Amino acid sequence: MKEQFVMPAKLRTISIVLLAIGILALIIGIFALNGPVSGTRFWIVLFFNAIFFLFMTLGALIVLCAATLAQGSWHIAYRRVIEAIFMAMPVFAIIAFIIMMCLVWGDKSAIYAWADKSLVAHSKLLQKKSAFLNPTFYTILAVIMLGLWTYFGYHIRKLSLKEDLSTAGTTKIFWKTYRVAAIFVAFYYVSNAVSTWQWIMSIDVNWYSTLFMWYIWASLFVSSIAVITLFVILLRNLGYLEWITYEHLHDMGKFMFAFSIFWMYLWFAQYLLIWYGNIPEETTYFTIRAWGSYHTLFYINLIINFCAPFLILMTRDSKRNYTIVAYMAILVFIGHYLDFYLKFMPGPLKNNWHIGWYEIGITLGFIGLMILVVTRNLSKAPLFLKNHPYMKEAIIHQS
Amino acid sequence: MPVKNFVVGCFKEEEGVFKAVKRVRTSGFKLHDIYSPYPVHGLDEAMGMRQTSLHTAGFFYGLFGVIAALAGMAYCTVHSWPLNIDGKPHFPLPSFIPITFEFTVLVSSVGMTLTFCWLCQIMPGVKKHIFHPRQTDDLIVMAIELTKDSQAEEVKKWFADLGAIEISQQRAEEGWWYGNFSMPAKYEQELEAGHPVTS
Repeated sequence: MKEQFVMPAKLRTISIVLLAIGILALIIGIFALNGPVSGTRFWIVLFFNAIFFLFMTLGALIVLCAATLAQGSWHIAYRRVIEAIFMAMPVFAIIAFIIMMCLVWGDKSAIYAWADKSLVAHSKLLQKKSAFLNPTFYTILAVIMLGLWTYFGYHIRKLSLKEDLSTAGTTKIFWKTYRVAAIFVAFYYVSNAVSTWQWIMSIDVNWYSTLFMWYIWASLFVSSIAVITLFVILLRNLGYLEWITYEHLHDMGKFMFAFSIFWMYLWFAQYLLIWYGNIPEETTYFTIRAWGSYHTLFYINLIINFCAPFLILMTRDSKRNYTIVAYMAILVFIGHYLDFYLKFMPGPLKNNWHIGWYEIGITLGFIGLMILVVTRNLSKAPLFLKNHPYMKEAIIHQS
Repeated sequence: MPVKNFVVGCFKEEEGVFKAVKRVRTSGFKLHDIYSPYPVHGLDEAMGMRQTSLHTAGFFYGLFGVIAALAGMAYCTVHSWPLNIDGKPHFPLPSFIPITFEFTVLVSSVGMTLTFCWLCQIMPGVKKHIFHPRQTDDLIVMAIELTKDSQAEEVKKWFADLGAIEISQQRAEEGWWYGNFSMPAKYEQELEAGHPVTS
């Protein structure tokens, strides 16, 4: 049984090449993308990728805490993978924080209209919202939220590593993790609302939706399940995690299936009320997406994120098939990337959106960074939690 | 439903049942069923049962629910008596979705519950022979049907070797019947009178 993960040289090369492509795209972007529209494109693509990858790593922490609070044993078999993913959060938190500070303190009113004092002076709505949407408050909250998310991540990882050194059969650290997870979940569901409203919803500053935070939450939860699944299958193919069976794969398939439906439920709940209410200030959000130039992406988004997982992952046999689950995880990942794209781009870029060398380059860079950081974290600790009280139950798990 | 002769062995532990299930085919006996007070993991696979078709039925109930709800609403508000609600399109699909969703859930859940009852032969008023009163309490009960090739004494000895704590021979209705529990008494008298093994 191979307990210690060693990063294969090939994977390391691939991730460094991807990261280099990203840095190259960034450098070319600094020189090539100037001016009012291209400059906005430069910043919004960076911002959108940073937030997407930050939320995906954060999602792994939420999956872990939710499963810990439910006293579930299914995730213990690959808990180190989940830990490695959320331990990549500090890297993305720093990147996202730098970009966010550039957006609110730099002259980037094309993305955050409320950050521009001259625009606020002419808009009564922005003046009313300025108590919540102003650069100082934004910075303070961003520091608090990113700091605390990272802190909780470190704390839970530390407890998990401490458990490896403690004596077998004790439950002290298990209950301590349980309490920390409870505090984190309570804090997260407040910070989730604040972060999504302030960071993402305020891009379309005149529009608002109270369901938005749940909708983002469903998106980040299912995409982090997809990433966890991909890493587990990757490790399985490299010859690690021998105790992972079809039963565990079945569970991950079920989660992807269920939360794809949950995402669709929330998406539709938001769409239906706006469509039915038909108030101009609300419908502008969907006018540009469903009937404007984003028309095709809008429907592709629904097909990838709902129809495909719903119909393909419905049967038991497809959830127990490594190939189908791996491809569906990639599809769900791409789908939610597209979903985030549709949340960010229409506001500042209007109809001048691209999926070109810059978008693809930056995304590949982020993927490379993610693989590099996650595999590095994986190699820091043994993959088998030998003292966890649920480890045996997790290995003989039947779904 | 045919009346058959059974030899029933009761086990206190799961291990005994698993050992018996693994040997039942090589010993040449016909396994009728196993009754346990709680779901035993892996027992269905050890018994060689196929996957249930309940979820396939559920899919078709759901499909029926979607079509029935959409067709019903479309007939009422679009075709038969066109309604103009709030200037919405003639066929307002988004506003039909919630009802379609709820109706799909209703049809598939009720349909699957009834299908489950049908597959397990449980219904109000339907009775089945109970091999041992403690089969819902603390015993795992395994019933083996007697055939031409298996003699009662042979099966009893086989159960005793595997460590069954209680072994008995019973003559009972194989399936379900509608009515009360007094039916098996007749068969027990037949058994005492030395009724021959049928089939």
